[in-house]
Amino acid sequence: MSMGPMGAMRGAGVAPPRRSRDLRATTRRLLALLRPDRAKLLGALVLGVASVAFMVSGPQILGNATNVLFDGLISKRLPPGTTKAQAIEYLRLHGHAQIAAMVSSMNVIPGTGVNVGELGRVLGAAALVYLGGAAFNYFQGFTMAGITQRVMAAMRRDVEEKLRRLPLRYFDSHPHGDVLSRVTNDIDNLTTTIQQGLSQLLTSVLTVIGVLIMMFWISPLLAAVAAVTVPVAFGITVVIARRSQTQFAAQWERTGTLNGLVEETHSGHELVQAFGRRRATISEFTSQNQRLLHSSFRAQFLSGIIQPSIQFITNVNYVVIAVVGGYRVASGLLSLGAVIAFIQYSRQFTMPLTQIAGQMNMLQSGLASAERVFEFLDADEETPDVTTAVVAPPTASARGGRVTLEHVSFRYEPDKPLIEDFSLEVAPGETVALVGPTGAGKTTIVNLLVRFYEINEGRILLNGVDYRDLTRDEVRRAFGMVLQDTWVFTGTIRENIAYGRPDASLDDVVAAARAAHVDNFVRTLPDGYDTILDEDASNLSSGQKQLLTIARAFLADQSILILDEATSNVDTRTEVLIQEAMARLREGRTSFVIAHRLSTIRHAHVILVMDHGRIVEQGDHDELMAHQGLYYALYTSQFAGAET
Amino acid sequence: MLTRLMRTFLRPYAGRITILVLLLVAQTAGNLYLPNLNADIIDGGVVTGNLHYILHTGLWMLILTLAIGVFAIIGIYWASRVSMGAGADIRQAIFTRVQDFSARDMNTFGTASLITRNTNDVQQIQIFLQMALTMMVIAPIMSVGGVIMAIHEGATLSTLLLVAVPIMAIFIGAVMIRVIPRFRSMQRKIDRINQVLREQITGVRVIRAFVRNDAESDRFAVANADLTATALSVNRVFALALPVMMMILNLSSVAVIWFGGRLVSENVMPIGNLTAFLTYILQILISVMMAVMVAILLPRAAASAERIEQVLDTAPAVTDPTTPIAPSRSDGLVRLDGVSFAYPGSERPVLDALRVDFEPGQTSAIIGGTGSGKTTLLNLIPRFFDVTAGTVLVNGVDVRDQELESLWSSIGLVPQAAYLFSGTVASNLRFGRPDATDAELWRALEIAQARDFVATMPGGLDAPIDQGGTNVSGGQRQRLSIARALVKKPSVYLFDDCFSALDAATDARLREALREEVSDATVVIVAQRVSTIMHAERIVVLDDGRIVGVGTHDDLLASCDPYREIVISQLGEEAVR
Repeated sequence: MSMGPMGAMRGAGVAPPRRSRDLRATTRRLLALLRPDRAKLLGALVLGVASVAFMVSGPQILGNATNVLFDGLISKRLPPGTTKAQAIEYLRLHGHAQIAAMVSSMNVIPGTGVNVGELGRVLGAAALVYLGGAAFNYFQGFTMAGITQRVMAAMRRDVEEKLRRLPLRYFDSHPHGDVLSRVTNDIDNLTTTIQQGLSQLLTSVLTVIGVLIMMFWISPLLAAVAAVTVPVAFGITVVIARRSQTQFAAQWERTGTLNGLVEETHSGHELVQAFGRRRATISEFTSQNQRLLHSSFRAQFLSGIIQPSIQFITNVNYVVIAVVGGYRVASGLLSLGAVIAFIQYSRQFTMPLTQIAGQMNMLQSGLASAERVFEFLDADEETPDVTTAVVAPPTASARGGRVTLEHVSFRYEPDKPLIEDFSLEVAPGETVALVGPTGAGKTTIVNLLVRFYEINEGRILLNGVDYRDLTRDEVRRAFGMVLQDTWVFTGTIRENIAYGRPDASLDDVVAAARAAHVDNFVRTLPDGYDTILDEDASNLSSGQKQLLTIARAFLADQSILILDEATSNVDTRTEVLIQEAMARLREGRTSFVIAHRLSTIRHAHVILVMDHGRIVEQGDHDELMAHQGLYYALYTSQFAGAET
Repeated sequence: MLTRLMRTFLRPYAGRITILVLLLVAQTAGNLYLPNLNADIIDGGVVTGNLHYILHTGLWMLILTLAIGVFAIIGIYWASRVSMGAGADIRQAIFTRVQDFSARDMNTFGTASLITRNTNDVQQIQIFLQMALTMMVIAPIMSVGGVIMAIHEGATLSTLLLVAVPIMAIFIGAVMIRVIPRFRSMQRKIDRINQVLREQITGVRVIRAFVRNDAESDRFAVANADLTATALSVNRVFALALPVMMMILNLSSVAVIWFGGRLVSENVMPIGNLTAFLTYILQILISVMMAVMVAILLPRAAASAERIEQVLDTAPAVTDPTTPIAPSRSDGLVRLDGVSFAYPGSERPVLDALRVDFEPGQTSAIIGGTGSGKTTLLNLIPRFFDVTAGTVLVNGVDVRDQELESLWSSIGLVPQAAYLFSGTVASNLRFGRPDATDAELWRALEIAQARDFVATMPGGLDAPIDQGGTNVSGGQRQRLSIARALVKKPSVYLFDDCFSALDAATDARLREALREEVSDATVVIVAQRVSTIMHAERIVVLDDGRIVGVGTHDDLLASCDPYREIVISQLGEEAVR
């Protein structure tokens, strides 16, 4: 995260690809996040006002110092010993009417020269004012840092909590990359915006206001001239920002496209090579890259114009002030110190104005991110768990869970019926096999059993208790699972195996690892069980990852097992060993097994045959063979090779 | 590393950078001269009451201001051209280099990391370049010019600079020393938070199934608190840095008036020069601050440059030979002659002295346990990896002596994980042979048992395919991936366990059609299922990187114990008899 104060440049970081639609609502919601810090925020505001008040009165005091100097200079030219009135008279008589007018407005004692004591006092006051301003500014920045960091920490926490309240349906129906981008890239972008923007924007706006007040106090005429620059600068910023925003949007969109192309060709790298597509791929990249260059250049150039344009406006302002001010001093309507103070102010004016312009640009990008984050936070959540424990949790202690499905109906989409009026009684220790062609919906059953999805009608009971009277965690604690996706997390092999039982001793972990035939290869790794796996676990083969997740289920030791394509990536010799261990593990436990190899599930108590998402046949092996339906077809085709 | 990267990629822009620098010099000179004119207004106009002079000089100031504005905008134009253009060039260079990477090079970096390097890291360089090309050029000109002008306005007073500038420099140095390491640690902590979140999203099923929500939540809370603490300390240092720098600026002004006032009262220096001096000293100190702001971006840009250079500096492990040999035959004979392969740093070879031929017109199969080296063996044939000992010959010539493109043109690969590219069914099928006719595509689909489902897809051959092929089922993806290889009509087919997502009936039909279609090519199949490969003319049994048996199904049943075990485990005792 760059802390560079050049707000306009932030637009070039990783940011969302579109412009915010409802800026006002998003802004309001963002501000609402600050509500718990109202008191602190008010304090920061007071400190900010104090700091700006001090800072903007500095040039005025320095202007007084210049006046003291100028007075001294003029007085030196006047004959000593005369009074101010005499001196003015003298000047008039000698034809210096203009200087006489000027002197009449000054605090002059002729012939005395510069009053050093007075100068010292004025400058001392200026130094004190600057010190005070800096101190208040520091305290304000310190307070704001606390507020913004708390808000962002809270926002990150909200997002993380949201992740855990979202139903599985959300994850299944949204691309992981997009969800990830919202909770990481967008949050990052928003943090930077708030971190840099909020505090600076406050100071900038206060400074502009403070400087304007001081200007009006010194000279309403010059101030009016200076004040004109504010709407002009604002107008220019808005006009340019509106154009550059479109280009930024195009830039993000094209960055996304290019990202996609890079991801795609890198993921299919060996195919690109083996199919002789390198040149074609590079030329595709080149054209996308040029498109991105086109819009990123325009975005950068357009947004870059803002600063010199505003600088031009403020420079014009500077010139006008110098000219008009010069006239006023020369005609005795204004002191030289006042003009110099004014010129100082017009310089002080430039910085916050350009900064606000930059911050506005950054804010646009930040608000777009905020919108994406809010959209995520607003996604439908799971229905809350029951809060009143109806019965004592029957799951953890009871060995061999009984699972009952009564007239269960379920559909992913309301108009596409999948499972209709399905009933099944699974006694403790029984094995249920799920078979069917690829994509037949075997995972759907798993989703319902562990309550990843809620059924539409009917009920599921665990040891006689309705799922809806249990919390989701209570349901899931009854199940030990080996899922299709072999997920490992960043941590040691030991932590990964002990995932379901973090307090397991090393002996238990090793025992589970032995049972799943993980122990052998773990021992060949340099750090053994302390070997750190990364997210992709690129140091393990897919078979080894599969074994690891099996070891995880062994250790978790639950009363019901779900083995989803459990051994499809393990070679058959190892599978035999695992299945022996599984058989041991299954003793006295209920298990649901999904497998392609029909030989492995011949002895299941119930076989559910699925096709196109529905259960089409149900029975044991002999019944289904006799029925000569889909199961029969699948079974005979698998062994066709052996017979011919 | 940043300088090296800059030197390489800014060279084509040398001319434009020269123009840019000239523009910036002109712009800065204008900005420096402006206070001088203002001093003239005060000394020559205000003090003497010469209104005409005030107006006249004011007009000059206005013209100068306009010129500065025009220079600035042209400057921004060239800066944006150069920074964005150089960024695009870097992206192009990275992408082109990665296209030549071998499988091992890809594994070293990882896809995700390469994507970050190509986009995010390049963006960092662009941000830095844009800042550097404007501010970093202006700052030194401004400070040097400011010093010259300040001395011009009042030589004696300029000694003040000898105090103010070092104080500023020391303070900025102290801030940088504190902030930069914290910045780095903050970046690491952001990465950590993102990692935890990423794992929560990808592992959502496992986390919920194992009821570990609370533990995950704790893991996140720790990372979040950690990041917040660091971010807070960084921001508090910044909260201190800005007011202090402003204070140094302002106190310098006070000192200028105090010491300058004496000079003015002694008539050593005109009062107008004092105000000009005031402006110069502010400009000098502000340009120092600007340089600091660019310097803050420096560590991050340098880190990005390093990551980019790592990619550009990686010489692909597999490259074209200097004197390629074109094979005299093209029937697709593949010969492994004493082939060994070991991953770097690993003591045990994955493959150990393999000697086997895969002959044209034959279907050869490789079977063996997890980690026995089946996929590795297959990857040696298209030279995704180079052997550590021995020779792989395709069409009678060592693959290392063949031009990669010509080697690859003879191979049809179907990888284990079926991967499709975004586009249409047809664009995927034509991947290896862009000029294939629709009829050829349908023929390939028929063999791959994909004709029926493609025919029912809306648009047929023109049906859209999402990136990775996520909008078709796993089994359909595999069949399309097989059809893609068939369209290419290569002389060597490599099937890497690609029948696993197919149900047994489809698998059987596909193999039957395949046998008829590719009767004269060399076919190598890696498989887990015995039923997939039992009819192969030659079965190679791999165990722990060694060949423990070669022969037909019946030969091996009689002679090879590991094979017998596999068969029994899958087909039962009766299959052995």
